[in-house]
Amino acid sequence: MKRALLSGILVIGAAGVVAACGGGDGGEAASGDAPAAGAPASDAPAAAPLGSGTITGTISFTGTPPQNPTIDMAEEPDCKAKHASAPVDPQVVVANGKLANAIVYVKSGLPAGAAVPAATTPVVLDQDGCLYEPRALAVMTGQPIEIRNSDPVLHNIKAVPKVNRGFNVSQPSQGMKTTRSFDKAETMVPLECSVHGWMHANVAVLEHPYHAVSGPDGTFSITGLPAGTYEVEAWHEKLGTRTAQVTVPEAGSATADLSFAASGS
Amino acid sequence: MSSASRAAVALAAIATLPAGAIAAQAAPASHPGKPVYDRWCAACHGDRGAGDGEGAAHMLPRPRDFTRAIYQIRTTASGELPTDADILRVIDVGVPGTAMPGWREQLTDRQRADLVGYLKSFSPDFERAAPAPISIGEEPAGGADALAEGKRVYDQLECFKCHGREGRGDGTSAPTLADDWDQPIRAADLTESWTFNGGDAVADIYLRLRTGLDGTPMPSFSDAVEAKIVTDEQLWRVAQYVRSLSPERPPRVREVIRAARVEGALPAGPADTAWSAVEAYYVPLVGQVVARPRWFVPTVDGIWVQAVHDGRSIAMRLAWSDPSRSPDPAWDEWLGRIRAGVPADPGPGRADSVPAAQGPDRLTLQFPQRPTDDSERPYFLGGSRRRPVHLVRWSSGGAAVEEGLGTGPGSFAPLAGGTGFAGGGEWRDGRWLVQLTRPLAVRDSTLPGLTPGTAVPIAFALADGSNGEGGLRGSVSTWYAIHPDVPTPTRVYVQPVVAALLAAGLGVVVVGRAQRRQRGERRLTSEES
Repeated sequence: MKRALLSGILVIGAAGVVAACGGGDGGEAASGDAPAAGAPASDAPAAAPLGSGTITGTISFTGTPPQNPTIDMAEEPDCKAKHASAPVDPQVVVANGKLANAIVYVKSGLPAGAAVPAATTPVVLDQDGCLYEPRALAVMTGQPIEIRNSDPVLHNIKAVPKVNRGFNVSQPSQGMKTTRSFDKAETMVPLECSVHGWMHANVAVLEHPYHAVSGPDGTFSITGLPAGTYEVEAWHEKLGTRTAQVTVPEAGSATADLSFAASGS
Repeated sequence: MSSASRAAVALAAIATLPAGAIAAQAAPASHPGKPVYDRWCAACHGDRGAGDGEGAAHMLPRPRDFTRAIYQIRTTASGELPTDADILRVIDVGVPGTAMPGWREQLTDRQRADLVGYLKSFSPDFERAAPAPISIGEEPAGGADALAEGKRVYDQLECFKCHGREGRGDGTSAPTLADDWDQPIRAADLTESWTFNGGDAVADIYLRLRTGLDGTPMPSFSDAVEAKIVTDEQLWRVAQYVRSLSPERPPRVREVIRAARVEGALPAGPADTAWSAVEAYYVPLVGQVVARPRWFVPTVDGIWVQAVHDGRSIAMRLAWSDPSRSPDPAWDEWLGRIRAGVPADPGPGRADSVPAAQGPDRLTLQFPQRPTDDSERPYFLGGSRRRPVHLVRWSSGGAAVEEGLGTGPGSFAPLAGGTGFAGGGEWRDGRWLVQLTRPLAVRDSTLPGLTPGTAVPIAFALADGSNGEGGLRGSVSTWYAIHPDVPTPTRVYVQPVVAALLAAGLGVVVVGRAQRRQRGERRLTSEES
C-alpha cells in the first residue's frame, strides 16, 4: 500500500501537477527522491492529454501457430473445474490469423520533456482457473495494479523485475485483492505463481500512457498522441518483437499493422 | 508541491533513516570494505558481487548476487531493501542450511560494518531511502491449543502446497520451485529448524511469514493479515506450530549408537510402534566432495539411527527426510533443473555429468571388513584394498538388500553370502523409514560378527535418485560406532542382596561371639574376687 502511495506521489510529481497538488498528499512520508528516473520534466504545467492523435492497427500471425502446452491441474480440482476442456497454457493465442496478447507501445518519438498525465485508474490482473487474466498488460509507472484471486486456492503473486523492486505476496483466499505498482519503466516485468509453476504473465511498465494490448481479433488502439513520428513496438512473450515507424498527423490517425510468423517461416 | 513542502518531505524521509545508516555509495575501489570482501567473500560471491565466484557453480542455492539487492533475510516488507542491521546479521551468523558461514568471530566489528557498506555499493537500489523494519508485536503465549490452532491455519493457508503435510518440504509444488536466478530451490524441511535460513526462534519464523524470503518462492503473508484473511495472532500460531515440528534443540551428535538389549520380539518393520520407545541417534551427512564426481548439492543432510538386539539378531531403523520417493515422474522437472544448474565433475578420462534419468533412493551402511581398533579403521569413503569395507545397500527400487565389499570410493563387489542383512522401507510424507535386520553372529568368518559389549565402526551414505544422486553423488558420514549392549545379568541384582545378608549374618556371629567372650571374662573376674 505504502509502495503504491509513494509511487503515486512520485508520479504526481513527475506529471508536474504543481498547482493542483496543493499539499493534498503532503504530509505523507515520501522518499524525497527526485521524480522517477527518466520521467518527463516536472515543471511542465500540462496534465491533459498531449494530443488527440491515434495509432490503430492489427497484429497478425502467419503460418501455423505453435501448440500451446496442456496443463496438468489434477492437484487443483477447483481450478480444473473452471475449464470446460483440458486446460492449456495460452502462450500463443491466434484466431483467423490474428494474434492476441501482444503488448504494443510507443517506443520512441514522444516530444522530449513532454509531461504526460498520471494514470491512476487501477488495472486489474485476475487469477482465475489457475491462469492469469490478462496474461499481458501494460501500465504507467505508479499506476496501481489490482491483483485479484478468484480461485478458492492459494496463489502467490511474485514479480521478478530487473529494474524495479519485486514483491512476492501470498493470496491464500478467494476474493483477496492486493494492489501494487512499479515506479520505474521496465519492459517487461514477469509475474509468476510459485505454487502453480505454469502461471505466467508479463507487465510493460512505461512512463507514458501510449500503450495497448492486442485483443482476440488482433487489433489495438493507442490514443491521445500529439502529432509526430513514432516508433511503435509490438512485444509478444514467445514471438519476440516487431517495430514500425508511423507518422501521426495533428488530431489524426495512423495505422501500424505488424505481423509475426511461425518460427522458421 | 511548494519548495517548503518538498523540503518537509525530504526531512521526513531523512527522519525515517535508521541512526547511523551505512553509506552505500562510496567509490568501490577505495571502499574500506573492499579488501575484506576481496579476501573473504569474493571466492563465492564474485569480484563484482554478482554471486559468480569460483565456487559458485557447484552451490545450490547459489551465493547471493548483490547486484540485484534481493535479500532473503530481512525485517522489511516484501520487495523492500534490507536494513543495515539485516545485512549485518547475516554476515554475523551466516545462513544456516547453506554454505554461508557466520563471520562474527573471524572479522572485527569495523570490518563487518565496512562489508555492509561495500555490499550495498554493488546495487544502485541502495540510493533509495533506507526502509524501516515492519513493526511486530510480542509472541503470544503458546501451549497445546496454540499448536492445534497453528496446525489448522498451516492447512488453511495451504503451506503444505510446498512444505508438505508434515512439513518435510515434500508438497506437490516442491519439485517445480526455482529461485529468482532460475535455480532449483527446496521448500524448507520444517522438521530441521537448525537449517532455517533466518534462524529458528518463533519470532524469526514469524518474521519470515510476514516479510517472505525475497528471491525465493516464499511469499509474504502481511497482505493476508491486512485483508483479514488471517489474524496476526494466527500467524504467530503458525510460527509456533512450525517451530514445534523440530526438536527443541539441534540434535546432539554422539559417536556411539547403542543398541539396547530387548526381551521378546524385535520390531516387525520400520513402522512398528515399538520404535517410538527406542533412543534415536542423529548422524549428520554432507555431500561427497572428496572423490570425483564430487557432489555439493545433496538432498539429505542427516539420518536418525535406532537399534535394538535380542541376543541373536540386531534390528536397525534408519529415518531421513527426503521429499521424493524416487523415481517419481513429478520430480523429472527438478532433475532437469539440477542437470542444468550443476556442472559435470569429470574424473580422469570420464565425462561424468548428472544422469538424465532418476535412479532409486539408496541407503548404504558401511562396516570394516575385519575387526579393527580406532587407529586402523578403513578409509571412511569406501575403504581401500588393504582395508576393505563391508557394504550393505538398501534401495527404494524394491530389490533385496545387497551386501558387498568395497576397496575404494564407489567400488562394490557383491558378496554371495554376506551377513544375512534383510529389511524393507516405507516412504510417507517426505520421510523414509527403513528397517534392516541381521543375525549378530556370522557364518562367513571373513565378515565381521557383532558381539554384545563390543563397539563396531559404522558409516552411512545416502542417495536421492530424483536429485541426480547415485554412485559417488550423494551424502556421506564419517565413521561412527554401533554398540550392542550387554544385557544386565541377574547376578547384578542378586549379588548385592546376598552380600548384604552375608555381611549381616557375619556381623551377628562376630558380635555374638564377642558378647559371649565378654560374659565369660566377667564370670572369671567375679570368681577371682
